[in-house]
Amino acid sequence: MSDMSQAEMQIVAYSCHYCAYAAADLAGVLRLSYPAAIRIVEVPCTGRLDVLEVLHAFEHGADGVMVAGCLEGDCHFQAGNLNARRRVARVKELITAVGLEPERIEMFNLSSAMGRQFADYAVKMTQQTASLGPSPLRAASGRVSRTGAGGDGLGTRREGSGDVGPSTQKTPAAHQERQR
Amino acid sequence: MISERLADPVTGAVLVLGGGIAGMQASLDLAEQGFRVYLVESKSAIGGHMAQLDKTFPTNDCAMCTISPKLVDTGRHHNISLMVDTEVLEVEGQAGDFTVTLRHKPRYIDPTKCVGCGDCAAVCPVSLPDHFNEGLAQRRAAYKLYPQAVPNAYAIEKLGVAPCRNACPAGQRSQGYIALIGEGRYREAFRVIKEDNPFPSVCGRTCHHPCEGHCARALIDEPVSIMALKRFVVDFALAYGREKVESVARTRPEWIAVVGSGPAGLTAAHDLVKLGYGVTVFEALPVPGGMMRVGIPAHRLPKGVLQQDIDDILALGVVLKTNSPISDPRKLLEEGFNAVCLATGISARDHSLGLEGEEAEGVISAATFLRKINLGQPVAIGSRVAVVGGGITALDAAAVARRLGAEEVIVALDRPRGELPAYSWEMEALEAEGIRVVEHTTATRIVTGDGRVTGVEFARVGKGMLTDERGRRRPTVEPGTQSSLEVDTVIVTVGQQSDLCFLDAGYDELTSDPQTLSSQIPGLFVVGGRKTGASFIIEAIALGHRVAASIHRYLQGKPLEEPERLRPPAVKFSREELQQRVRDGGITLSPRAETAMLPTQERVTGFREVVLGLTDRQARAEAKRCLQCGLCSECLACVYACGVDAIDHEMVECLEQVHVGSVILAPGYQVFQAELSQEYGLGRYPNVVTSLQLERMLSASGPTGGQVLRPSDGCPPRRVAFLQCVGSRDQSHDYCSAVCCMYATKEAILVREHSPNTEVHILMMDVRAFSKGYQAYYDRAREKYGVRYTRSRISALKEDPENGNLILRYVRDSASTTSEQLSHTIPHQISIVEDSFDLVVLSVGMEISPQVRSMARDLGILLDDYGFCHTVAFDPVQTSRPGVFAIGPFREPKDIPESVIDASGAAGRVATLLAPARDTLTSAPTYPAERAVGHETPRLGVFVCHCGSNIAAYVDVEDVAAVASRLPDVVHAEHLLYACSQDSTALIQQRITEHDLNRVVVASCSPLTHGPLFQDCLQKAGLNPHLLAMANIRNHCSWVHSDDPDLATKKAKDLVRMAVARASALSPLFKLPAPVRRAALVIGGGAAGMNAALTLAEQGFPVHLVEREHQLGGNLRHVRYGLPRSGNSEAPDPQAYLAVLISTVTAQPEIEVHLATEVVRTRGFVGNFTSRLRGEAGAEREVTHGVTIVATGGEEYRGPDYGYGSHPRILSLQEFEACLAAEGTRASADSGTWIDLAGVRQVVMIQCVGPAEEYCSRICCALALKNALRMKQAHPATQIIVLHRDIRTYGFKESLYRQALREGLLFVRYDDASRPIVEAPTGDGGLRIRTRDPILGTPITLEPDLLVLAMPMVPARGNRALATTLKVPLDQNGWFLEAHVKLRPVDFANDGIFLAGAAHYPKLLDETIVQAQAAASRASVILAKDSMSIGGAIAQVNPDLCVGCLTCVRICPFGVPQIQTETAGVGGLMGAAYIEPTICQGCGTCIGECPAQAIELLHYRHEQLERQVLSLFEPCLTSR
Repeated sequence: MSDMSQAEMQIVAYSCHYCAYAAADLAGVLRLSYPAAIRIVEVPCTGRLDVLEVLHAFEHGADGVMVAGCLEGDCHFQAGNLNARRRVARVKELITAVGLEPERIEMFNLSSAMGRQFADYAVKMTQQTASLGPSPLRAASGRVSRTGAGGDGLGTRREGSGDVGPSTQKTPAAHQERQR
Repeated sequence: MISERLADPVTGAVLVLGGGIAGMQASLDLAEQGFRVYLVESKSAIGGHMAQLDKTFPTNDCAMCTISPKLVDTGRHHNISLMVDTEVLEVEGQAGDFTVTLRHKPRYIDPTKCVGCGDCAAVCPVSLPDHFNEGLAQRRAAYKLYPQAVPNAYAIEKLGVAPCRNACPAGQRSQGYIALIGEGRYREAFRVIKEDNPFPSVCGRTCHHPCEGHCARALIDEPVSIMALKRFVVDFALAYGREKVESVARTRPEWIAVVGSGPAGLTAAHDLVKLGYGVTVFEALPVPGGMMRVGIPAHRLPKGVLQQDIDDILALGVVLKTNSPISDPRKLLEEGFNAVCLATGISARDHSLGLEGEEAEGVISAATFLRKINLGQPVAIGSRVAVVGGGITALDAAAVARRLGAEEVIVALDRPRGELPAYSWEMEALEAEGIRVVEHTTATRIVTGDGRVTGVEFARVGKGMLTDERGRRRPTVEPGTQSSLEVDTVIVTVGQQSDLCFLDAGYDELTSDPQTLSSQIPGLFVVGGRKTGASFIIEAIALGHRVAASIHRYLQGKPLEEPERLRPPAVKFSREELQQRVRDGGITLSPRAETAMLPTQERVTGFREVVLGLTDRQARAEAKRCLQCGLCSECLACVYACGVDAIDHEMVECLEQVHVGSVILAPGYQVFQAELSQEYGLGRYPNVVTSLQLERMLSASGPTGGQVLRPSDGCPPRRVAFLQCVGSRDQSHDYCSAVCCMYATKEAILVREHSPNTEVHILMMDVRAFSKGYQAYYDRAREKYGVRYTRSRISALKEDPENGNLILRYVRDSASTTSEQLSHTIPHQISIVEDSFDLVVLSVGMEISPQVRSMARDLGILLDDYGFCHTVAFDPVQTSRPGVFAIGPFREPKDIPESVIDASGAAGRVATLLAPARDTLTSAPTYPAERAVGHETPRLGVFVCHCGSNIAAYVDVEDVAAVASRLPDVVHAEHLLYACSQDSTALIQQRITEHDLNRVVVASCSPLTHGPLFQDCLQKAGLNPHLLAMANIRNHCSWVHSDDPDLATKKAKDLVRMAVARASALSPLFKLPAPVRRAALVIGGGAAGMNAALTLAEQGFPVHLVEREHQLGGNLRHVRYGLPRSGNSEAPDPQAYLAVLISTVTAQPEIEVHLATEVVRTRGFVGNFTSRLRGEAGAEREVTHGVTIVATGGEEYRGPDYGYGSHPRILSLQEFEACLAAEGTRASADSGTWIDLAGVRQVVMIQCVGPAEEYCSRICCALALKNALRMKQAHPATQIIVLHRDIRTYGFKESLYRQALREGLLFVRYDDASRPIVEAPTGDGGLRIRTRDPILGTPITLEPDLLVLAMPMVPARGNRALATTLKVPLDQNGWFLEAHVKLRPVDFANDGIFLAGAAHYPKLLDETIVQAQAAASRASVILAKDSMSIGGAIAQVNPDLCVGCLTCVRICPFGVPQIQTETAGVGGLMGAAYIEPTICQGCGTCIGECPAQAIELLHYRHEQLERQVLSLFEPCLTSR
């Protein structure tokens, strides 16, 4: 397990306006928790994804990149998500070539009603990234590392710290109860 | 096209009833065309049934994804007035000028104030079935219909005032505190009791509780122990220490004197001091409390308990002066009190019964007796005591006498004990203490000796009452029943009365108004006065509230009379209703909780309290017995929780009238109420669910989070059966609901996708996969997903009690199950199958609810035989009332796209009526001129929202704002309680001006819901709306990281930093006007083309109608017979219609008809097309137009299948129809052979010919049956045999099938593996058709005189060429492909081009007409404007960087980028890409692909996105 703190990790989540961003909104409405490393960036369509921009994000220290678009066949702009998938594959090749793990970027597809799945994918992406450890480019990018400060490592299953895989997920009803 | 008498002038507004997808589409179309729209919805949010769906067939698109942009557009449209919680009562007037009366139902939450935070629902104690989730989950009485609801506001579900509250004189919200007790929230319960009643401790013990007398629970078992529950709360509050009551600040200068410290006086003092007045209470006795103190013995109301209530009142700041009798209240006014309230209540003066011997020693009045005891004064009492007179005071006196040591105590009641306001157990307790209670007995004389009491003479009470000489009513005595009893003390109970005898002379005439309680003396108010008899404490409290309100009005200088106000209705249930709920399992009978009591031996030895109250467990169980009659309990928890003061429990319904030119009815359907049909077991067997319930389970945001679970045990089912045609095609619903086959297929696919191991069976009669893409979807369900379809009819459904499984018994039509079975040679039998399933899904059909039917009757709209809305032949959305239109399933069961088509079609019809009034009642938002900020350095304002506690409870918003204030370019940062509230948006505008801000960041919730609101705020402050960036720190942060506030705060800072970085790079976006060519090109002169052209021309838009043939009419020329709407109605005449249509089109001056003409070239874009038309002899001309409508139709297939063309007695459907029309004596179309129908003994019809094996041609079944019935009618002896796969007479076309079965047509099913074989000898020899008996499996040979082939409709020749010309897509079968199969059925993805009729897919005439009107309506959205706004967030090429590599041209899904040879690219070389701003969709797909980075997507420029992302990795600031 890595010693990277969840508070330190930065995962950029490019999310399309019509589906993924709305699904993330719904995850909030349903009070489904997921790791706090996720930083959502809204784009009109994942088709807008630019390989160079993603590489810049890695270059400056992103630990992971999550690209979330509509379900395949359901793209609001017909085929943007298919183009995004292709570009994500391309980024995987390119970062592998410079020594980064290809698992640092993944493409996900969901509909706007799939709030739960958004949370699941956020968990999956965070765990996957955490298992790789901090991006080796972080130090190079000059980002101050405060590893170990403020919070447990992700692997130590701290109570209620967002470590909620699908199996331990709270149901909305249970959550409402808790609120009360 | 019925001719309407139109009002003149017409009103340019439309009322649309129903906020489902049809109502929304109609509203949007009309609002965009320049009409004001009132969209009326009876629920608390729009969205209708579609919002409940998970996916939609046949594309499995997410329903919510597709509907939510429509929801937002509808909710925010400037010209749509959204009226939720509203019903239409009446429509008066005529087409063009209607007056509609609306009823707005109270929502109890003001949607204009509500910010949708949900704090009210979080504290609401009332749990109700969630109807949106079809009862599969519970929700609170304060609720939002669904997460994405529009308006984004909560509502409270309240039936009215609960009977308990209604019965209480003081209006105590009993249901409220009971609900809170049920949740264990005792402090809040105490708080709500105190809202209405400052004497909770007293009323928890001594109230006469009329609430319990009216408790609905009494109708089925026993009333809820409401008083005991109140006491429980008080005891709890006392036991754990009451919260300290804070004194109320004086905010008003006036001072009020209250005379009397009883319940009325102290209540008045309490209310007045809370209003901010100064209050002094004068009490004659040394102690406060009045009769509560001196009239009630301590064993019933302990003095400390009473004192607690009084102390709470005094703690508010009330001044109490005891031993202060007042005899001249005028003096108080003179001394400076601004008002005086006399609340002296029951007089201390003793009254007498008028009995002989009443003056003797040893006789004492009960009131005096109790007062002395309660004041601690000595009272002598003997050992044998008689209490005479009756009443609750008598009981108290008797109990006290016993406690003082009397050995024998007898109470003589002049009435039966049941008439006393005491429980039977109270009476029993009294008797247990050794007190004798005799009923129907009255004292007639007090026996005395030496001036002392020695006994009492009693007699039995007779019937009736008599009035004595002093006017008192006395019971009559039954003669001869006298008996006497030796006693030494008699306690006399006399009716007590309030009076004003303590006042000085000069007040003899003093009276008060019974309503306002004001007296003749200004400023003097009198409670009680001289006339009122002894009242109950709770009534005195009510009077106290009333006099306080009256004094307040007096001091405010307002009229004393309370203004008339509508009050919410009281809820009343009948015994039958409640008994039904008991039978349905909604209510479980249970006995009332009984309070524990002090042991008898301990009672009589002192004054310890007898009743001990409920235990915690008892109280919570008792609270759960409450039936929640009012639904909302009015506990006011939401009022305390709401941070924006949006909740008003006093709202009442109100009426409103609106003036409109037309009305569109889209009230939608209800699913068949299957629980009313016992045989399906719905409601009885938990594992029987409706398809709509399954839909909610499948929905990712539904109650099970997308998992299909058995309701009985929550386990995933392994075998699921769908029962088709539940509430369709049966005796009570003799129509087909048209959607069930496909939604069952969809749900089956989804179940299999979710858990591939689940077996899914669909038990059906026919699969009606009749529309575009449906057959392929059905094939995929069977072949790819392994969904099993079984033709069957269910004969029984029962539950296996062991495991909750359901056992189905059905008759299987074995020949049609699988093809393997058919290839077998063994004859098959009709088999009866019994099979067990874990879950049974009822595919419920559509019906019109009784409410909608009655609404239709109120509006004077005819309904048809099925109870659906009757519409006019060949004018499909026109109801029986001119100017009123019906759309969606209200007129026939239908699916989403047909409903959307109806909606646009009706909008088109309305537009033709109201065109003269276009743009008269609409308006555009006006904003100040935008400041040019392009050259300025960024000056950012950051506004961080608390969202009440939604963000602030988990994120340190102050810290976030502090950090934000030190970010680059930020000149102002602050935090706001609710950023979206009206005062906050005004503040943001103010700050923009104050600080000269040129960019704004709002850190709050989602831009999807609130972006437009803050953009509007920027525009009002003179900033371009695109200079806003939002950080979603609620949905993406506080709500998901509530378990770790530190982390949430850190992330919120990151999100704000990103938004700030993005905002600094933002630049204004402008939309530019482009002129619109206000003319249309309609291609195709059939029914679709002509109707589209007319709908446009009648609004005054010029139309070029292009027809390839030499005459107008298209396929309609071949249609001789119309389809009857139902079995009983007349079939309309299509040829007469065609003649009228052609003459109308020809006469219409705005339509230019181009016959024998084709479109050979078109260029341009939406609003500005130029097309080249080629007429006869190659003559060409160019026309300009803003829109294009494709209505090129289809044609009947003419392939050689089944020997077509080889034999004169093989006809197509169209040929057969022509033959029928010519009475069978005319030649068939092509062969030239004469057919004499009179000599035809047998006709065989084969359905699904040629291409129809691949896709369903939709119309053939109905047309075949229509013609077969004609034949049967003309030649009854002819036998007609229909060879078919499925009979797809969807909707009301089912009546043809029913009639055909009645008329004796024979239906023989075949399937793909056993197609009929036709032997057609050359010449005119005998036809021979071989097929197989589907039931017996044996071969059949038929030798008919005539074979009619249901030749399907195929795409028109030339479609492909036209598609290329217009650059619009075709689907795989050659039909034109619409932009979105569900929600954009008449639009092409290419803007400005629309389609209608059989060019889209085979259609019946009515469907074609309405689709043509719909296409015209969509086109009018463009033509109604002088100019269109173009630009916005679209892609832009920088030609200086473009190398003209064609990458963008190839990747764009919309084919927008083009290489312009006249534009210079990189290095000045000619040929750079150009993206036409009017048609760019703004997805940005080209940006990511352009190798030269020559394209930018405005508002998502490289710089903007990169700064946003990279700001994450800058060293972060911390707060100082």
